[in-house]
Parts: sequence; C-alpha cells; structure tokens
Amino acid sequence: MSRNYSYSRSLAMERGVIYIVCIVLCLMSIMPFAVMFVNATRDNYAIQQGMSLIPGDRLLVNLKTLNERQNFNVLQGMWNSLFIATWTTVLALYFSTLTAYGLVVYRFRGRQLAFTFIMVVLMIPTQVSMVGFFTFMFKLNLVNTYIPLIVPAIASPSLVFFMRQYMIAGLPLEILEAARIDGCSELRTFNTIAMPMMKPALATQAIFTFVASWNKLFEPTMLINSQNKYTMPMLVSLLKSDRFRTDYGTVYLALSLTVLPLFVVYFALSKYIIAGVALGGVKE
Amino acid sequence: MTNRAPKKRHAKGVDTSRYGYFFIAPFFLIYLVFQAYPLLNTIYLAFQKYMITGTNKVVGPTFVGLANFKNVLVKGSTLQAFENTAVMWLINFIPQILLALLLAKWFTDTRLKIRGQGAFKVMIYMPNIITAASISVLFYSLFAYPQGPINSLLAQLGVIDKALYADSGTAALTAIYFLEKGWHTRLIIAFINFWMWYGHTMIVLIAGMLGISPSLFEAAEVDGASPNQIFTKITLPLLKPILLYTLITSLIGGMQMYDIPQMMQMQGSPAKTMTMTVTMYIMELVYTGTKDYGRGAAVSVLLFLVTAVLSIILFYIMRDKDATRERKALKKARKEARA
Repeated sequence: MSRNYSYSRSLAMERGVIYIVCIVLCLMSIMPFAVMFVNATRDNYAIQQGMSLIPGDRLLVNLKTLNERQNFNVLQGMWNSLFIATWTTVLALYFSTLTAYGLVVYRFRGRQLAFTFIMVVLMIPTQVSMVGFFTFMFKLNLVNTYIPLIVPAIASPSLVFFMRQYMIAGLPLEILEAARIDGCSELRTFNTIAMPMMKPALATQAIFTFVASWNKLFEPTMLINSQNKYTMPMLVSLLKSDRFRTDYGTVYLALSLTVLPLFVVYFALSKYIIAGVALGGVKE
Repeated sequence: MTNRAPKKRHAKGVDTSRYGYFFIAPFFLIYLVFQAYPLLNTIYLAFQKYMITGTNKVVGPTFVGLANFKNVLVKGSTLQAFENTAVMWLINFIPQILLALLLAKWFTDTRLKIRGQGAFKVMIYMPNIITAASISVLFYSLFAYPQGPINSLLAQLGVIDKALYADSGTAALTAIYFLEKGWHTRLIIAFINFWMWYGHTMIVLIAGMLGISPSLFEAAEVDGASPNQIFTKITLPLLKPILLYTLITSLIGGMQMYDIPQMMQMQGSPAKTMTMTVTMYIMELVYTGTKDYGRGAAVSVLLFLVTAVLSIILFYIMRDKDATRERKALKKARKEARA
C-alpha cells in the first residue's frame, strides 16, 4: 500500500516536472514573437528603455513612418511572394501527382528505373547547383524574372515520392479501370477521378510547399535584383540596413507584418500541419 | 463474345501502359533542364576561369584545370567556411536530438499520460513555419548593442550594471556587443536553428515511437524490464531508421545553412570569419564585386561532394551495425541449436 502510494507520488512529481518543462518550452517559442509584436507598438525611446510585455500606443505612428519609407513596400513584397508561392504550389502539386500517377498506375518498361532515379536525386540540395543554374538563366535572359523561381517546381522529387506512397495506399485501381471502360480518356481519368481522391494528401502538401516557397531566401537573392520584384524575405533583409536602425519601432512593426500572415495560417491549420509533419517522417 | 472479352481487356491494358511515359515526361523534362543541366554546368564551370568583373567585362570561360579548387582551398576561406558550418550544425543538432528524444519519450509514455500534448506540439513546432529571415532579423534586433532588448533585460536583471547602462556614454563598458563576438554569434545562430527545429524532430520521433508495435512493450513489461531498459533496449534500436533519416536530412539541410547566419551578419563585424557558412561563401564569390562563377562553382562542387560522402558514410555506419548484429545473433542461435 505504502509502496503504491510512493510510486504514484513519484509519478505525480515526474509529471509536474514534465509540465513545467513543457510550459517553459512553450514560453521560449512565443517570447521572441511577443516582444516583437509589443515593440511594434512602442516608440524608439521606450524600446531602448527596456523590455516590456505591455503594448504601447504608437502602432499607428509606426505604421505611418513605415509607410513613408522609400523602397520598402510590404504589400508589394507580399504580393510578389504570394504570386510565386501560389504558382509554385499549383505546379508542384499537379505535376508531382501526375508523375506519381504515371509511376503507380502504368506498368511500362523503365518504370522502376525512373523511380530509383527520383529517389537518388531526392537527396541533392538545390543550393549546390545554383551557380550553374544562375549562369544558365543568365544566358536565357531569365534573370530578374519569376520563371526560374516557379517553373522548376514541376520537378519536385520529394513530393513525387510522397504522393506515390499515398497513392499506393489510397488509390483503388478498379475505379480507374471502370472509368476506362466507360470510355474516359487517360488524362481525364487522372484529372476528374484520381486528383480529387488525393485531396487530403494534396491539402497537407500544399501548406508545406507554399510555406517553403514563401520563406525562400537564397534562390531569389541570387536571381532577383530590382527592388519592386523583391520577395518578402528579401525585403526583410533590408530591415538590417542602417537606414532602419534609427527607429526600432518600425523595424519591429515591419517584422510583425511579415510574420503575421504565417501566424494566421499556422494557427488556423496547425492540426493538419502537425499531422503532416508526423506523416512525412514515418513514410520515409 | 464471352471468349473475347478478357482478351480485349488484356490488349487494352498493354495499350495504356505507354501513357506512363506521357505522365512522367513533364517531371523529367523540367528536371533535366532546370536541375540536372545546372548541376553539370556547375561541375563544368568549376574547371573554368569565368567571371564578370566590376566593370561588367566577361572573362572566359577558359579551361584552367584544378586552379579554382586550389585557389578556394589554399587562398580562399573554404576550409574555414566548412569548419564554421560544421561547428554551428553540431552545437544545434546534439541538443536538438537529445531534447526531441526526451520529449518524445515523455509524450509517448503510457504510464505518464501527459495531457495537452496537442497544444504543446502546436506551440513547440511553431517557429519552424515562420520565415527564417524574419526570425533572424528579429534576433538580430533583440541582441542589438548597446540598448537592444536582451541587453536591457540583462540590465534589468542586474547582470550588467544599470547605472552605467543608463548613461549612454559609458554603456560600452558593460553592455555586451553580441554580434561582434565570433562565439557569441555562433551560439546565437546555433540556438535559432535548434529552436526552429527541435519541435519538428520531436514530432517525427513521436510518430516513429507510436509506430512500434505495442506488444513489444507489453512483452518487455511482463518480463520485468524497467522503463529505462525498455527505452534503451527496445525503443531506441527500433527507432534507428527514423533517427538515421533525421540525422541525414538535418545534416544535408545544415550543410546548406544560409538564411540565419547571413541575416546575423553585421556589416564589417569581426564575427564574420567565425560564422560564414559554405553557401554564404558561394554567394559572396558570385554576387559581390567581381562575380567569380568559376570559384563559386568550385566551392559548390566541394559542398556537393562533402554532403554526398557524409550521407553515404552515415548510411553505411548505421546499416553495417545492424547487419553485424544480425549476423552475430544468427551465429549465436546456431550455436545454441547445436548445443
């Protein structure tokens, strides 16, 4: 009896420690952003006086200052990133599903080889070929356009791999056969029957593809040079310049504006995102 | 009629198989043009003298053999950049995997029944989804000198002298100039990486642990194994493939580290030599001043080789151990059978 009691007591203590650690970790996640949002509402003098978690009343003033800054158009940057990320996501998802479908549904010669190829190139990071990519785009006159940032997404090996795994488990081939017998063309079968059945997988992967494209810095930095075409992360890098360093309130406000859309998306879809992360790890 | 039906279907099946080529064609076409060719082009450029000077004069490409490699390895900062990348990756990865394992162990422990796991996961994973550039500039601002929030906090806590701190003339004596110090900056960069990624690793490991058959744990418990024994003898060995996956993806990602260290760079800061990563070095070669594509390509090829070799080594270390263990077990079993 007493042994049982001490066991449950040590268990309660262990639990207590775990909850405290988890709460500390949660605070660690949120604190930098909390400071950022709060400082976005304070003026430069208040920020330099010390850290605080009580919002100030300078939000509108900071917004006005930020708006008057030359060459820092948050809305333009957001629009550019939105444009690139949306097209990247649409192309990556459609063509990856198409490729996976080709590999799963049809038994053609070289099918295994094609899949092995995709598995091998999956591991090659794009950064290592950026120099050759850039000089090639330069020759094609595509530097400072969005084409080199969007079109390569048609070939996304990891997405093909994921969609293939999902299809093997979740696409009944009998339905496709039935559509075929009804005289449905192959591409139409894919578009009207297979694609809709992939919706759950597509939804999760859409979030990840979109966010990954939105967050990219290395590739656009190398390829884009006129400031009205800057993506959001490229604009963020401008905030480090001395011209912004004189007024911290606007720096924090600008940062908040870049983070806010992701916060909204994340907290709205967190359930699916967390499930998607778990799925990605196990499938491998 | 009934005789012909299956034959016809068979004929049709053979007929449709060629569609496979059409379906995978766009992928391969785009891959060849936008990824395979650029990779080969990079390798080709690594052996050429090819640059655009500050006055927009194009030099080359002319074949120079291994001169670019020799230049970046002997004269350039390649080795330093590799060292910086490796050091910053290691001080992020080791605590990351340990904390992720610990949290995953807690969250999957049926004895503990931790509540609110969903909320914890959402909060802990959150930094991973936010733009790394924004996070870095945020930390850059938090660690500003002399009156950034971290220095203010340290003053409020009494770690650095408040009286001196209030007087901006003497602030330099006490406030810490974080981003000017090599190790300070390295640790901040490693911390951001750790902070952004341990939640991701934790979720992957939890998924892996939940994938282990519960009957194994039950059997061990019945045999009187302690929770720690179960963790080290059952959970960890069975988690090996996922640990390997985590290690390799983190290593490949870590070798490409760019956004965070780049954003942490203060103009003209002496910390740069200790925090410049390989991709930052490539960018510096091909983007600032004389655009030297030959040398940039040479560093890229080295990065590619190092990444590939490391992944292959890791893969084989993890695989061989398994194989030898299996062989040993087999031998033992045979011995026992003979006895």
